Amino acid sequence: MPEGVVAPVKVAEGLEVAGITAVPTSVTVPVAVADSVELYRTMRFIRRFEERAIDLVRAGEIFSGIHPCIGQEAVAAGACAALDPGDIVLSSHRGHGHLLAKGTDPSRLMAEMAGRVTGIDKGRGGSFHPSDFTAGVYNSTGTVGHGAGIAAGIAWAAAKAGDPKVVLSFFGDGAVTQGALLEGFNLAALWRLPVVYVCENNRYATTLPVEAAVAGTITGRGEAFGIPSSVVDGQDAEVVHAAVAEAVERARRGGGPSLLEMRTYRYHGHHTFEMLVRLRYREQAEIDSWKERDPLDIQATRVAEADRARIDAQVELELDEVVRFAVDSPRPDPADATDHYHADGFRPRPGVSL
Amino acid sequence: MPKLSYLKALNRALGDEMDRDESVFVLGEDVNFALTNITAGFLKRYGPDRVVEVPLTEQGFTNFATGAAMAGRRPVIEFQIPFLLLLVFEQITNQANKFLMMSGGQRSVPVTYLMPAAGWRAGWGAQHSDQPYSLFAHMGVKTVLPATPTDAYGLLTTAIRDDDPVVFFGPLASLGVREIVEYADLAPIPLGSGRVHRAGTDVTVVALGHLVHEALAVAEELADEASVEVWDPRSVYPFDWTGLAESVARTGRLVVFDDSNRACGMGAEILATAAEEMRLVAPPKRVTRPDGAIVGAVPELDVALQPTKAQLAEAVRTVLKSTGW
Ligand SMILES: Cc1ncc(C[n+]2csc(CCOP(=O)(O)OP(=O)(O)O)c2C)c(N)n1
Ligand SMILES: [Mg+2]
Repeated sequence: MPEGVVAPVKVAEGLEVAGITAVPTSVTVPVAVADSVELYRTMRFIRRFEERAIDLVRAGEIFSGIHPCIGQEAVAAGACAALDPGDIVLSSHRGHGHLLAKGTDPSRLMAEMAGRVTGIDKGRGGSFHPSDFTAGVYNSTGTVGHGAGIAAGIAWAAAKAGDPKVVLSFFGDGAVTQGALLEGFNLAALWRLPVVYVCENNRYATTLPVEAAVAGTITGRGEAFGIPSSVVDGQDAEVVHAAVAEAVERARRGGGPSLLEMRTYRYHGHHTFEMLVRLRYREQAEIDSWKERDPLDIQATRVAEADRARIDAQVELELDEVVRFAVDSPRPDPADATDHYHADGFRPRPGVSL
Repeated sequence: MPKLSYLKALNRALGDEMDRDESVFVLGEDVNFALTNITAGFLKRYGPDRVVEVPLTEQGFTNFATGAAMAGRRPVIEFQIPFLLLLVFEQITNQANKFLMMSGGQRSVPVTYLMPAAGWRAGWGAQHSDQPYSLFAHMGVKTVLPATPTDAYGLLTTAIRDDDPVVFFGPLASLGVREIVEYADLAPIPLGSGRVHRAGTDVTVVALGHLVHEALAVAEELADEASVEVWDPRSVYPFDWTGLAESVARTGRLVVFDDSNRACGMGAEILATAAEEMRLVAPPKRVTRPDGAIVGAVPELDVALQPTKAQLAEAVRTVLKSTGW
């Protein structure tokens, strides 16, 4: 049996649950150390990737529009840097940064968003629901909050298969009022599953301010299930990294799930449609004050200027290639529209019999 | 005369009912800022006790509405995305809709579930493009699907006044439809009453939701070949079987144009009932989404899975050519 997984917990005499318990504390898992330059690179890449994606939305190449994660790059970069390549990430509708930070091929992600056959999901996931099993990104659910239980299931099955992985589940502040999220927390805590729940509290769910939505606190939800929970500065990638690394270490040790509430902010609208429809649900002064603690600026202070210049230039070159690849890739053939409906290739009847 | 859009008709119907009846209130996500425009101007007009902004707690607030309805209010819940109706399917079908019967007729649950963006959104992915009205009809929940601004006004008004739960599907593709109206002519429309949009004698096309407009275009295109009647049930449960039988009695031939998934969709129910109970001189046809259709995230793939005008025209021709069973 691998380290970190022991016999099921006995919760009551005669009743066994499918649990994973802590191993003796003599087993130590080293906490990863942040690589400042690499974090800067990842964040710079995410920001410019999103900006280029917005250009493609304007150009009509990304038909769905996108939910830009600009302003929240430190969470994606810091959190994913604390994972091993074999670990798993579950993302959300605002997921491009998560995928990029976890190691998805950016060209194929952009192609996915542009609905091209070369996309990571052959154009079937799009910007809203991308998954990439080669990078360990299992899912980006459109149903807010419903990744939490899925994360628990993945973590449980991997551990039971003798190949324990840490599963990091991203969701927004909007998810913490969703019953399914709390049900996922309960299962993960009950069975001490190696899940790191990362809430990106960017203060709004579409137009709804967090204060108008959440009774109690976000961390209080984790604490209620006995899940170690803390508030983290989500604008500082190294702070994020340290917090996630600690949670990952606990998870690997068999210490069960953690909940980290990342305080962050999205600079853009909820979705690019806000470029067309002006919704005044937040003050410019608030947006400006968050921009004063821009995650890229914070990380830039830790990187030598020459390195930064080199990275910035390289990111531009790479993104030119990313965009070129996406736009030049072929569009899918409508004749294939029912591909992948079922695992055995079974196809639905068409909508008309002629 | 004023031009009324479908969306504005919903805004107007809801406002008129809120003015008329103090017990009516609206709850939903982003209703304060009227993201969908349905509640445009409402927060100022009615205040936060009647325009209730809720967190992302669909199962919770759908049950909440059931409770408020049991206690004498008439909630209207606005949902943003069709799949949210699937998320609250239990709360609508099992909690709200069965309660009157389970209480031996003591208390009804007058909630309106307003889905003002039903159906396919180009490129929005498989989780955002459902059209689940057939499911609610299957579960016996009153369900309406108006195609025009006037019908939207009339049926939303009726849904709110009805003492039972009613699901209102406003097809996304109809939201921009405009109609010249006299406001004074806007009136409630009874559930279960269909409408002949275009009279004809050779074939009845039953069109649902936004497909009514496409069916009318096809009927015009085929005008030299055949006299096509376009009939719109407007509500799928209860369904105007009498109205359909009258139309079919005139034409003897039937094609259904339905945005449901083919298997167990409304189209299937309409063909089955017509075959059982009506006088059809030729086998009927339906044009629907495929079986179990999910749409992808690419417009050209998605569109390949939508029922099209070309398919309808072909189906109409096939049914007209048919020499019988
Ligand atoms: C269960 C559910 N309810 C509503 C929606 C519609 N919706 C999509 S994103 C969103 C806001 C989500 O806010 P949050 O979780 O804070 O994430 P953010 O957009 O801020 O990243 C809403 C209401 C949805 N997709 N799923
Ligand atoms: Mg948020």
